[in-house]
Amino acid sequence: MLDFVQQLVSGIALGCVYGLIALGFVLVYKATEVVNFAQGDLMMLGGFFAFTFIGILGLNYWLGFAAAVIAMAGFGMLAERAVVRPILGYPQFSIIMATIGLGYFLRSIVGMIWGTDDFKIETPFSDGVLRIGALVLAHDKLSVIAATIILCALLYLFFNRTTLGTAMRASSENMLAAYYMGIPVKRVVSIVWAISAAVATAAGVLLAPITFIHSNVGLVLGLKAFPAAVLGGFGSIPGAVVGGVLIGVIESMAGFYLPQGWKDVAPYIVLLVVLLLKPEGLFGVHMRKKV
Amino acid sequence: MRFLFKTDYEDDIRLFPHSGHFVSYGILLAFLVVAPFVLSSYLVSQLVFVCIYATVGVGLMILSGFTGQASLGHAAFLAIGAYTAGYLQQYDVPFLVYFLAAGLLTGTIGALVGFPALRLQGIYLVIATISFAFIVEEVLARWESVTHGNEGMRVKTLSMFGFTVPRDGPTFYFLCLGVLILAIIGTLNLLRSPTGRAFLAIRDSETAARSMGVNVSLYKVKSFAISAAITGFAGVLFAHKLSFISPEMFTLLLSIEFIIVILIGGTFSLHGAVLGAIFLVMIDPFLTYLKDDLPGIIAGVAAAFGAGSATVAKIQSNVAAVASANGLKGAIYGVIIVLFVLFEPLGLYGRWLKIKLFFQLFPLYKRATFKRQKIYVKSERNR
Repeated sequence: MLDFVQQLVSGIALGCVYGLIALGFVLVYKATEVVNFAQGDLMMLGGFFAFTFIGILGLNYWLGFAAAVIAMAGFGMLAERAVVRPILGYPQFSIIMATIGLGYFLRSIVGMIWGTDDFKIETPFSDGVLRIGALVLAHDKLSVIAATIILCALLYLFFNRTTLGTAMRASSENMLAAYYMGIPVKRVVSIVWAISAAVATAAGVLLAPITFIHSNVGLVLGLKAFPAAVLGGFGSIPGAVVGGVLIGVIESMAGFYLPQGWKDVAPYIVLLVVLLLKPEGLFGVHMRKKV
Repeated sequence: MRFLFKTDYEDDIRLFPHSGHFVSYGILLAFLVVAPFVLSSYLVSQLVFVCIYATVGVGLMILSGFTGQASLGHAAFLAIGAYTAGYLQQYDVPFLVYFLAAGLLTGTIGALVGFPALRLQGIYLVIATISFAFIVEEVLARWESVTHGNEGMRVKTLSMFGFTVPRDGPTFYFLCLGVLILAIIGTLNLLRSPTGRAFLAIRDSETAARSMGVNVSLYKVKSFAISAAITGFAGVLFAHKLSFISPEMFTLLLSIEFIIVILIGGTFSLHGAVLGAIFLVMIDPFLTYLKDDLPGIIAGVAAAFGAGSATVAKIQSNVAAVASANGLKGAIYGVIIVLFVLFEPLGLYGRWLKIKLFFQLFPLYKRATFKRQKIYVKSERNR
């Protein structure tokens, strides 16, 4: 039983990581209907920014964290301006390809600048553990869970309660109509990319003690976060986190109870089954085409 | 400018619309036949890869370009083809039999993947095909009695009708070329049949196709099966060319490369698959050239502009450092993809058509002819 709870908690912590990255996917999708395949790589780049600020320049952890988030928000806007804005309105597949290209570019540029080794950021959560009875929880994992809950709640409120959030949802439904209603669609899109890059950076920095940072971490984790977003139904913020936690728990349970090899495949099998039964994901809304 | 006067249906579906095509394709064929005896063995080897990638490109084009179903899982079909060849070869099955068996098996698996894909659209389909590819990759790594797991598998030299066909020789090149040409002609014939027209109808509007009586599910499954089978044939050749296969060759990155092939070539015509394959395969020799010669050239230019010898040496070493950096290939891939999506969405073949039209219409060419319409009302969500 204790094993089960321990696996469950570590699965949830892992799942929150996926959820955090999936949040970035969902944000961009919600506001622009663009699927950003470079989200994982934005996270990786954010991690490297934080590593530069904290590990190389020697800033305080929180200061470095903030600086990395701000820098990446700027980078997100830049990427949107350069790559995404010119092709908004074209078929979804071209935009997917453009972001795949962006991801390729970021990975190899980071590899050239920082090298391909593993890097580690010293954080206040790096070593402590919390003991509840016989249960042992590492602080770094708890920090990820806490940050996910906070970010998810903030973003949910932002999308559903603020004017800007409503504007984003409107421009996702129909950009032209939103523009006619006086919503500055271009600015909205660039703000959303800034937010999603900032969320990705937060994920990257929180992850640093758990997975380390290297130039391929974005590809590896991004590919796990992507099913998380799909499982939750692309476009639902709580769905992304629930999907992430599901994938995380499935992965850690499969790693513990099933023979070797199932760990990596199990999330994808579950994903395929869910897509078969409910093609729009767990929390997605099915829409009909008007002809 | 040539105007084609079509008087009946046969004129409309002709493989070579006018006699000029016989001349141009004849010249191309003659060049391809002479190529292995003229070019260096390295270039011939690259040409073999061009043929294999182009065959996969043709397969993927049927699915993504003509039926409009995106797939990021074609590396898995290639892997299944390659492993079928490797496995059956151990039992001395003749080449033709395992070649056809590989196509049949991948086609069947493609159809099986096609069934669940019927309910999925756009991004959900992409992620479903990625998941399928991951599962196949993992199966290949774990099913050790058949695939030898992560150790990989040796593929013996191809032998056909008692002759051995070494993977570097011209015969193997002709074999690959023959498979590519058969795939292209087969696909062209498919496209002018009711099946092909149904594919195009599904791509353009599923609702409209259905209301015209096209059985959308049936044709989507067919498209998946045909596309997978062609990829499986390419997989057999791929296995023989590399003579060693292991699961980590068939990752998502390979699937992305195949998508790059059709994206860069142009996703609306079979010419695109071939042009894209040439582009993707030839980027490697180009990078080698860049690594070796570019620093010297740039230093020469700098010297010509009157830079001091110390500056020239510095420029040369800096350029050499950039050109031989490890991740350069990835960065160039990334930049190329982004540039093509932004500026040449119709790909290389689209550029060729534009240039041709420019000269045909000479003073009257309008840039807007090829302009894409932007759609700000998102229809893809409401399919």
